[in-house]
Formats: sequence, structure tokens, C-alpha cells
Amino acid sequence: MKFGVVIFPGSNCDHDMIYVLKDIMKQDVTELWHKDTSLKNVDAVIFPGGFSFGDYLRSGAIARFSPIMEKVIAFAEKGGLVFGVCNGFQILCETHLLPGALLANTNQKFICKNTYIKASNSNSAITKLIKKDTALKIPIAHGEGRYFADSETLKTMRLNEQILFRYCDENGNIGCDANPNGSIENIAGICNAKKNVFGMMPHPERASDTELSNTDGKIIFESILANFN
Amino acid sequence: MAEMKVNQETAKKLGILPEELEQIKKYLGRMPNFTELSIYSVMWSEHASYKNSIKLLKTLPRKGARLLAEAGEENAGLVDIGDGLACAFKIESHNHPSAVEPYQGAATGVGGINRDIFTMGARPIAQLNSLRFGDLSLDRTKWLLKGIVKGIGNYGNAFGVPVVGGEIYFDECYNANPLVNAMSVGIVKKGKVISATSGGLGNPVYIVGSSTGKDGIHGATFASADLHENSADDIPSVQVGDPFMEKLLLEASLELNETDAIIGMQDMGAAGIICSTSEMSARGKCGMKIYLDKVPLRQKNIEAWEILLSESQERMLVVVKKGQEKVVEKIFEKWDLHCAIIGEVINEDRLYFYYHDKLVADVPADSLVLGGGAPVYERESKEPKYFKELKKFKISQIEEPEDLRAVAEMLTNEPTLASKRWIYEQYDTMVGTKNMATNVPSDAGIVNIKGSEKALALTVDCNSRYVFADPEKGTAIAVAEAARNIVCSGGTPVAITNCLNFGNPYNPEVFWQFSGAIKGMSAACIKFGTPVTGGNVSFYNQTSIGDTIEPIYPTPTIGMLGVLEDKNNVMSLAFQHKGDMIFLIGPVVEDISSSEYLVKYHKIKKSPCPAFDLEMEYKVQQIVAYVIKNKMISSAHDVSEGGIYTTLLESAMPNDLGFDITTSAEVRTDAFLFGESQSRVVVSVTPAKEDAFIDFMMDQKVGFMALGHVTKCELRVDDVSYGFIRDHKKVYDTAIEKLI
Repeated sequence: MKFGVVIFPGSNCDHDMIYVLKDIMKQDVTELWHKDTSLKNVDAVIFPGGFSFGDYLRSGAIARFSPIMEKVIAFAEKGGLVFGVCNGFQILCETHLLPGALLANTNQKFICKNTYIKASNSNSAITKLIKKDTALKIPIAHGEGRYFADSETLKTMRLNEQILFRYCDENGNIGCDANPNGSIENIAGICNAKKNVFGMMPHPERASDTELSNTDGKIIFESILANFN
Repeated sequence: MAEMKVNQETAKKLGILPEELEQIKKYLGRMPNFTELSIYSVMWSEHASYKNSIKLLKTLPRKGARLLAEAGEENAGLVDIGDGLACAFKIESHNHPSAVEPYQGAATGVGGINRDIFTMGARPIAQLNSLRFGDLSLDRTKWLLKGIVKGIGNYGNAFGVPVVGGEIYFDECYNANPLVNAMSVGIVKKGKVISATSGGLGNPVYIVGSSTGKDGIHGATFASADLHENSADDIPSVQVGDPFMEKLLLEASLELNETDAIIGMQDMGAAGIICSTSEMSARGKCGMKIYLDKVPLRQKNIEAWEILLSESQERMLVVVKKGQEKVVEKIFEKWDLHCAIIGEVINEDRLYFYYHDKLVADVPADSLVLGGGAPVYERESKEPKYFKELKKFKISQIEEPEDLRAVAEMLTNEPTLASKRWIYEQYDTMVGTKNMATNVPSDAGIVNIKGSEKALALTVDCNSRYVFADPEKGTAIAVAEAARNIVCSGGTPVAITNCLNFGNPYNPEVFWQFSGAIKGMSAACIKFGTPVTGGNVSFYNQTSIGDTIEPIYPTPTIGMLGVLEDKNNVMSLAFQHKGDMIFLIGPVVEDISSSEYLVKYHKIKKSPCPAFDLEMEYKVQQIVAYVIKNKMISSAHDVSEGGIYTTLLESAMPNDLGFDITTSAEVRTDAFLFGESQSRVVVSVTPAKEDAFIDFMMDQKVGFMALGHVTKCELRVDDVSYGFIRDHKKVYDTAIEKLI
């Protein structure tokens, strides 16, 4: 599979994402600069984490105006797979390719730590291989990761199986104690109605290398590949 | 505006001594004008010239087979780590700015140290920090802690380099003068290092990055004076950080390093344009003509001396090969970075600065810099009275408490010993996907070198109470503890960088502490084979309130680099399985001197440094390295603050295990559990390897004893239950957030 990783000034998880896709998952990877106006025939577009343009305004609010975004929107409308992690998720919400918004964490602080998440279903490209009730240990690192959407939107998302990941404890229990940032309904990851645009706050690329003693995140990339084949 | 008059009085106001003014007149052959005097005042400030410390710093061991640059030769230390790679690393203080404006002070400290690394062409891959705060029950301390942690976090998180280690102590001596020491570590291909030098007649000189404003003027001078009650009025001396700009500079610098267009590059930190133009010229044995009108400015009505001294952040000076301007400008344009040619290289030891078509300063570059014409002093040294007094302390004066469990619980709640979770969770510790200690905690930070067999082991250490009690021994302990942390995590110590935080060097007692520290550091660095690659001196860490001066404890922070030749040898500090045996390697001594236990429980602040013998320390480390390499043990954790009890607790918590131990009958139980005598390591061994381990240890000339075994979750000491691990963990994890 050929992945394009979009790089903005201020992206800082781009190398990590490329390392996992190329060196661990053994896939083709092309770097896409935010000023590019071609997606170079990739099969999937990945938005890595970081602080695009410094994120001094709302996270992702400036990145949506980069030249490449027009092509990404067209790609998504045609059903192409687009996946954003952390700042990538924020950018996709700002671009309205995904519903809802990511607000400042309830404690008003940046939080970096291991969290556990559970897939709500296996009917999507990024959750396809994940077994029901498995708690995956995947770290978060963000200051604005509190997912929010209005109740109407949430209702539609629930009916349409668009809520993909929820924060849980290590035994898979979804409760307030396991919610690191105050996200509504413990939401950690979602997709759009057509199920081809995905976003999640936890970083699966930080949990995919045996040398870091945690590979719980790898199954997300394996799912994408399994879904493609 | 009319040029300001220059006389003795002006010189004094700028912090220049009468004899220094005479020297300046000699260099120039005339009276300096105000701009020139300002130049000398910052370049000859303590911060830039090391005038009161350099003589002693030169006595430190600074040579080694792995060193690719000698201390002071480049912006940071440079060490060969094999596989064609070099590691650039350095630690630096930002104490004074953080004391008056904690958020920006700490943030720009992080920015400055990272710039030192990437202007050498190295990509920063890890950061550490060493912080000191006052009594955490004070509102001011809470304000400083919150601001400094947020500043470090917001800058480093956006810049995208993980914090992989650090240390924090709380002590009243830092109430008004916190310490912020930031370390950055980068990797560069050997032979692709960019030097902070200049040369080549007519080569263009670029300024890149932020525009220049009036922020941080005289920051170097500010950092070279005592903090006092009106220091907050000096806030304009503190700079403002922009991590996004820094990230752009990083990526552009590394792309520049792929071209052949660069002669030299240096970041603009303390003393701004004047510092980089003079240091680069002095290194390249040349000069520059600089046109200050061409410097991009962020405000109007700015004087020449202000442009020269401004410490506006996120700027670099780059000397480019003539004819390669387009190559360089294209890279800056890609990253939307503003650059401007502000001058050119000339073939004489002279810096000419022009402003509004007038020559405003004309000085020899070499006369300004350390190693050139900057003054060098030897200060008076005198043993302080307290030194003899605290030797009178005897453990027999202290009654042993009956309820040691209560002591243990109290210590777990002490902010210096408790978990720093509230702090480190605000730092991105994982970006870069190289932090191997996230899921396998160990005594040092472990950074993976992807695509190789190797990993780096990194640590920062200094118990300043020990240094206060005995500068020489205490500093040797700081080096020894750093080495012990690296050895316990499976690495080999390689080199150090240091950040020497002391009081006023003109105070003979402070200078006595300083020279003792240098002696102790030398001895220990020679023993462990870890030469000094550079670092930073921060004097004047004391606060005058009314008539009294409160000095901080002398705090020579050691940042140590270690290498794991085989990353599979990484050793965790965490107990692994119930039923494993627990052993102590190292001597058992009846000693509670300078321990957290003595200070916090018995409220005795003055006692000697804990027991320490350099030879014994070295032997213990050799043994620990051997048992790790030969896979005899399952965990290793060094005994430090809080003693054996705290060590056991820290080993038990990560995997929710417990321990059941028996104390030694040879020493008092409080000393055994909470004493801080040095050169001890707690290890755990699986039953299958117990015989081999014991056989090996019997042949060593170092003490060892069986402590007990790892339990499922209960803590037991001498058959008394200390409760369950989850409860202790909760107390340990939340102690600091409860106080804030």
C-alpha cells in the first residue's frame, strides 16, 4: 500500500509515523509537503501529530488553509482513506472532514501518558482486526484532546457506528476514572459517515515498535492493510 | 539621540570594574564610546566570559578517546558513539529569568539549549532537566513550579523533543532563587558537524529567524548579578520564546547541513549579535563588517547598542560561502524563515558595526571573548564556619523512632521523594518514538538509536545538601550517582556536561565551595572515565532580603551520557515476579547524615555528607555491570534519597508487587531503612539464577546481603506489615498534586 504523510511546518510526529509505516509495516511512504498540490497517487493520506503552524490559535485552525487540503478534501470525497492522529485529528475536524471538535483538556494542561482504549466495533478500516473488549495500551500527548460534539451529532454517530474508540481502564471498563481529558462519552477516535476519514487522539505509532516494549497500536495499521487487500 | 557620555561612573553602572575599564582602553587605544562599553559589559560579564571560574574549570579532566571536540571548542560537547555517529550534548541554566518570570524564563532556557545542539547540525533527540524549588507549602513556590513546568512543557512539546529524564528537589534554600537547568542531546553523523566559526574574505553573514527587539537586553549582565527584592523590575531582561520558530530553524538548519554552503553557524543566546559575531570571528581568526540597519527589527527607535545586545530568541548567525547565497535562501524560503545579509567577513581581527551610515563600534573580536582578551580572575577562598560545626553531628544524638512504618509513610509524602508524575505528565516524553523507558522504567533515561544495536543512557544528578555538607565529597557523589544510574540501567558511562549553580563568587566562602566542587568532580570523572565536555556556570544564585544574603546550596548538576552497546542489555528498576529474591550490593554503614529522614523527620539540617568511598563505588558499579551483562539479575535500582526503603518501594510499584525483607542486625534499623550512605544497589534475582548470583558475589570484595523476596502485593519489614502496594502507590503518586 502506498501512504502519503502530510507534513506541515510544526509537524513533529511525521518521522515517527513514517518509521512505523515504512520500517515496521514495510509499506511505501511518500512525504507530502503542505504546499504540494498533488497527492502523488497515494492509496491513503495520513496526518501525523505535532503543532502545525505552532497551534497558537486553535489547534489545526491554520493548517486547514494549506494548499494541499483542497486535494485531500477531493480525495476524501471520492472515498479515499484519510487518517489523522492527534494534531492530524484536530486538523480533520477543523476541515470538517470529521464531525465535532477537540477542546482544551478539562485540567487545562498538556497530558502525556499511556492510556487504554477499546474499539466499539470492528466495522471500519482502522478497527477491522481488533477483537471485542480488548483494551489497547496506547499513549496520548495533547493539550487539546477533549472531544466534543452536540447531542444530535452524537446520536447520528452512534447509530451509524462512527464512534470507534473510547478510553477505558486496563481491564476494558469505560468510566470517568479512565477518561484522561474529559472527552464526551470517553471518545478517543471517530470516523465520518462514509467511514473513509478517521481521527484519533492516542498515538498508535508510539505503540508499534517491539524495541519500545509496547505494540498494542500496531493492530490499527494492520487493520488498514487488511481492509485494503 | 545624543550619544551617552562615558566615564568611570557609566562603566560602574554597566558592571565594569575600574581595572577592566583600563584594560578596555588599552585594547582600543582610546576611551570606548557607550556602544563599545556596552559590548564589553556583556561580553565580559560572568555569564559570557567565565572570568571567575575558567581557571578552575581548566583543571577538570577534559580529554578522552571518544571526545570529538574539547570543552568550549564548540557550542556543545561532542562524543563519538560509534557506527559513524556523534552525540552532541550540553546542559545550561536559566535560573535568574525563571525566578522573575517562570513561564518565559524556563521556556527560553529550553529553546536556548536546543539551539546549541542543532546549530551544530545535530538533531536533538532527548531532553532532561534538573529543577530546584523552595518549600512547596509557600504560594510563591507553587507559582514558580506551575510556571516553570508549563514553560518547559509548552516549549519542548511543540518543538517536538521528548523529556526522558530529570530530577527535582525542594528545599528552603531555593525559596527565592529556583534553579532551572535544561539539557539537550542530539545526534549527528561524524564529519557532518557544523562549527561555530567564520572565515573567507567577503563571505556573507546572515541573520535568520525572528526579528530583533528590545527584549532581553543585558540579560547576560542580569544573570551575572545577585537576585534582590527589586529583581522583578528587571523583567525586560527576560526574553519571550517561540517554539514554532525554533522548530522551523531546526528543520532549516538540518537541511542546510546537507548542502556544502555553510562556513559556520551559531545561535544567538546570551548577549545576542555581539556574542555570535565576536565568538565566531575569534574562532575563525578573522573579523566582520556588520551593518545594523540591515538587521530585521520588530520595533522602532532602537539604538545600535540595543540591537547588538538584544537577546530576542530564535535567531541564528550563519556565515555562507560566497556564491551559494541562492542555495541557502531557497531553504529558508521553504520554511518561511526570514533571513537577511547583515555584513561580510574581513581578514583582520576587528568587528566594525555601522548604523545609519556611521561607524558606531570598532573593537577587536578576540579582545571580547573567553580564551582571548576577556579577563581571568582567581578569587579568594575561605572555609566557612559551618563546615567544622556540622562535623560535630553524631548519630547517637538522635533517638530512634519506635514506629518506623510511620516514618516510611511520612517520607513517601515528601515532595522530594514522592512521584514527580504531576510534573512529567505535562511533558511529551514519547515524541520521536525512541524513549525505551516509557514501558520499562530504569534508573537512567534510555533512548533508542533506531537501526543500530545501541541505545543512549542519560541522567542528571546532584544532591546539593551533600555538596553543602562537603563540596568535594558531595560533588564526587553527584558524579558517582550519575554513573551508578547509567550502570544500573545497563549502560557504560562515557562523558559528562555540568551546570554549576553557586552563589556570589566574590564571597570567599562561596568560592571555597566552588573550588571544592571542582576538585571532587575531577577525581570522580577520572575514576569513571567520564571527561567533562562543557557546560555552564551560574553564579549569583542567592537573594538579598534587606541586609541578609541567603545563598542557595551549591548545586553542581551533572548531566551524564552513557552508551548501551547492546540495547537488549537494558535493565529495569522494577521487580519482575513474585518470589524473586532481593539482594543489596554494597556496604552497610550506620549512617543517617544529610538524609531526607534526618532533615524532614528529625528536623536536623546540619550534618556531614553521607559515607562515600570512590574506590568502593567503582567496584560496586563494576559488579553491577557484570551481573547485568551476564543476565544474572531481573532488576537493579540504586539506593539514593530516602534510603533502602524508598528504593524498594520504587522497585515494587511499577508492576504492583510487594516485598518482604529483614533488616541487618549490625546497624540501627532507621539507618538501615532510611540512611543514604552511598554505593549501594538493590537487585532482584529469579530463584533459578540465585545460586549462580550468590557464587559470583561470594568471590567479590564488596559487601552484599539477602534482603528478602518479592511478594504479590504486601510490604513487610522485619515481620511487620507496612500495608499494600496500591495504597502506597496512591500516596506516592498524588503527594505533590495534593500540595498544589
